[in-house]
Amino acid sequence: MSFFKADNISISFGGLQALKEVSFEIQQGEIFSIIGPNGAGKTTIFNCINRFYDLDEGTFSLQDQDISKIKTHQVAEMGIARTFQNIELFKNTTVLDNLILGRHCGRRSNIFTETVFSRSVQKQELESRMKAEEVIDFLSLEAYREQRVVNLPYGVQKTVELGRALAMDPRLLLLDEPSSGLNVEETEDLMFWMSDIKAELGITILLVEHNMRFVQQASDRVLALDFGETITQGNPRDVLNHPEVMKAYLGEEDVLTQS
Amino acid sequence: MEVVNEILQTVLSGISIGCVYGLVALGFVLIFKATEVINFAQGELLMLGAFISYSLITQLHFPYWAALLVTVIVMGLLGMLLERSVLRSLVGEPVYAIVIVTIGMSFFFRSIVSMVPGWGTDTYGFRTPFTEKFVRTGEFVISWEYLAIILMTTGLILGLFAFFRYTRVGTAMRATSQNQLAAVYMGISVTRVFSLSWTIAAMLGGIGGILLSPITFVHMNMGFIGLKAFPAAVLGGFGSLPGAIVGGLIIGITESLAGFYLPEGWKDIAAWIILIGVLILRPQGLFGIQEKKKV
Amino acid sequence: MRFIMKTDYYQDIQLFKYRSTFFWYLALVIGCLLIPLVLDEYLLSQLTFICMYGIAAVGLMLLTGYTGQVSMGHAAFFAIGSYTSAILTSKGVPFLLALPAAGFLAAAVGMLIGRPILHLTGLYLAIATMGFAFIIDEILVRWESLTNGNMGFYVDPPAIGPFIFDTEVRYYYLTLVILILTLFAARNILRSPTGRAMIAIRDSEVAAEAMGIDLAKFKTMAFAVSAFFAGIAGSLYAHKLFFINPESYTIILSIELLAMIIIGGLGSLHGAVFGAAFFIFLPQIIVMTKEYMPSYLQDQTGLESALFGLLIVLVMLFEPMGIYGRWLKTKFYFEMFPLYKKDSFRREKKYQKAERH
Repeated sequence: MSFFKADNISISFGGLQALKEVSFEIQQGEIFSIIGPNGAGKTTIFNCINRFYDLDEGTFSLQDQDISKIKTHQVAEMGIARTFQNIELFKNTTVLDNLILGRHCGRRSNIFTETVFSRSVQKQELESRMKAEEVIDFLSLEAYREQRVVNLPYGVQKTVELGRALAMDPRLLLLDEPSSGLNVEETEDLMFWMSDIKAELGITILLVEHNMRFVQQASDRVLALDFGETITQGNPRDVLNHPEVMKAYLGEEDVLTQS
Repeated sequence: MEVVNEILQTVLSGISIGCVYGLVALGFVLIFKATEVINFAQGELLMLGAFISYSLITQLHFPYWAALLVTVIVMGLLGMLLERSVLRSLVGEPVYAIVIVTIGMSFFFRSIVSMVPGWGTDTYGFRTPFTEKFVRTGEFVISWEYLAIILMTTGLILGLFAFFRYTRVGTAMRATSQNQLAAVYMGISVTRVFSLSWTIAAMLGGIGGILLSPITFVHMNMGFIGLKAFPAAVLGGFGSLPGAIVGGLIIGITESLAGFYLPEGWKDIAAWIILIGVLILRPQGLFGIQEKKKV
Repeated sequence: MRFIMKTDYYQDIQLFKYRSTFFWYLALVIGCLLIPLVLDEYLLSQLTFICMYGIAAVGLMLLTGYTGQVSMGHAAFFAIGSYTSAILTSKGVPFLLALPAAGFLAAAVGMLIGRPILHLTGLYLAIATMGFAFIIDEILVRWESLTNGNMGFYVDPPAIGPFIFDTEVRYYYLTLVILILTLFAARNILRSPTGRAMIAIRDSEVAAEAMGIDLAKFKTMAFAVSAFFAGIAGSLYAHKLFFINPESYTIILSIELLAMIIIGGLGSLHGAVFGAAFFIFLPQIIVMTKEYMPSYLQDQTGLESALFGLLIVLVMLFEPMGIYGRWLKTKFYFEMFPLYKKDSFRREKKYQKAERH
């Protein structure tokens, strides 16, 4: 049984076919990357999983449960967490608040108990706070706890977004270009965290990336897209050396291997 | 025949009021597109235009067309002055701050008008070349007042359209409304565009004032018409210049018909009901573009 | 600058960050309780109005300042609260029931209004709320059998049991207590999941949805909660004035409420109270300064409005962050003294259209 399955998904915007009959399967606990040139439809896949768009055809299933028709906010309840290409953090609040917001799904209080801040609400708050602290510990964000996100450097903001996704206790983590904009050291940190997430937390990761070295070192399997269609799937080395993939990225003449 | 005449007059008066709403809405949308400011004082600019032309015509005995011209120039200068003194220092501040400033301006203008000698809190009227003149074709009677408004507004809109489409300055303004930073890089003086937007919007408000005066008479609360122009602009899709006019017309006609055929009180809220209805079905207004944030 | 050595997670969620804050607020409350001893009746009634508008402003602040939904029609909820309370008490319902009923009915209308206009943003939302306010206003005028329309409605002074609030002092205490409770409730909401969800909706709807926040539910909730507080305030207002008619609840009131929270400082509860105080005190100050003006100007009735408008403009020019913003900056200055850097609050001005949203 595959953990996550995308079955023949297609979507078009106006006249533009963004995705055409793309299929892939992810096993539990693996790190699966999607690569492709800009405009290939990678982020579109994420947006479809998150139900920002409706698929024209095809389905997504998480552990054999069809999640193609659920409402946008129910995706999080299913255990799918996501980071965004251009950071979508809550900029005017602190890092801690951002992380605690990740705990929203487990909310058991209602407006009336919250207005009086009853014992049960307090207990819930303390639990959320503790869980947020675990994430802070995992990602070494201690120094930035009380700072407003808008004041933080870019690399830290990306880390906070990862943390917010982790705070949701997800089964499946969607990371949209997590290493874009990061310097070498930050990218190394990210690679360590990814392997930690896989080993310690057992979370399955679906990744969109441009950094080929990152893809090669971190992923278990790779899917290559171009113009919304699948080029090839398989283990990183095979996919990255596939002639079609190189053509998509580098163009017709392969300048590097010309002999 | 009586009924047809009745409907005709009602619709016509609706169209002409709608034109005025449309003009005010146009001024709104213009400022919004260029500077992202929501100008709550647009109605008061209409009022000021009305008062200025009133003074020119009845107190200084200017002929109508000369008064029109002078009012437009004065309002234009006022717009420029406002932009330079108050709004320029607020560029880059959050939207709500600027909105409050325009709200404050509207309070200020309304009260200042009541303090000026010769203006005060009374209601005034003045004669125009169209007062009490009618067009009679066969059985139909049409008031020249309404016709004049419609014709002048149409001419104005065509002129503005040509300005934005075919002149360099107009294109520069359109460019700035899309992306201010890019406009700066292209050598467009964004501050001058801001200035120009406010100038034109103030002039439009002023013209609206003169056109409206024969119908609603001149008084310091005329600015509340500006409040009606809001839904007109929104109905058309805020950010769409032709939309503002269409929105104004729809509101004007709806109001007029509701006022005539429906019981008391419906006139004031008919426009709002239509607006809310449209917005629920089409959140971006009739001609607006749905801008959903792309992630 | 003070640093707290935190040893318990509870310290993070408690109401006051520093012990001293608690004592300052306690002193403030005691001061407020003792004020009737020094002030005359007129000023006391002004303070009562501040409390009332403050309650409504807190409601609007939760909706606009924290959830980011602009409402230009809050006078309608205020009116609904007033009329509900007035009508119920005139039919013999005790005040203790009529007050919350006013709040809940306003909240119900808030939910009704909030639901269909959820997809609207920014100005469109504001205009739609304005429209609803006009419609409700018209309904209040036309439904004469219930509200007496334009003739107005006479309201009894509120009574809890045999205790009647018919003096300035008593009414002041009543509104003060309710204001404190309101602030407490709002603060609790803000430090709970609902409050955080509201802020999330303001800062990034997309991310909020991805986090599992049901936008429809929380936006409607925000409308309901803010309408509730406006309704409560309206009820208090009605019982103070003894006579209400639809003319008191116009678009101007809605705009004033909005201006109140913006001038007070958008995004803070302090701002709501500061804004209310500003709006009540300002006309008083203007009246006082009128005496120093040349007699020609003094006679003009429009002068107060003009100066009012002018002052609003000047305040925003001087301090776009509002009164609370200036308060924070001043506090920061003293905390950092003498190491305060002049550009500590220099705002990065955003020109590009795309950036500002």
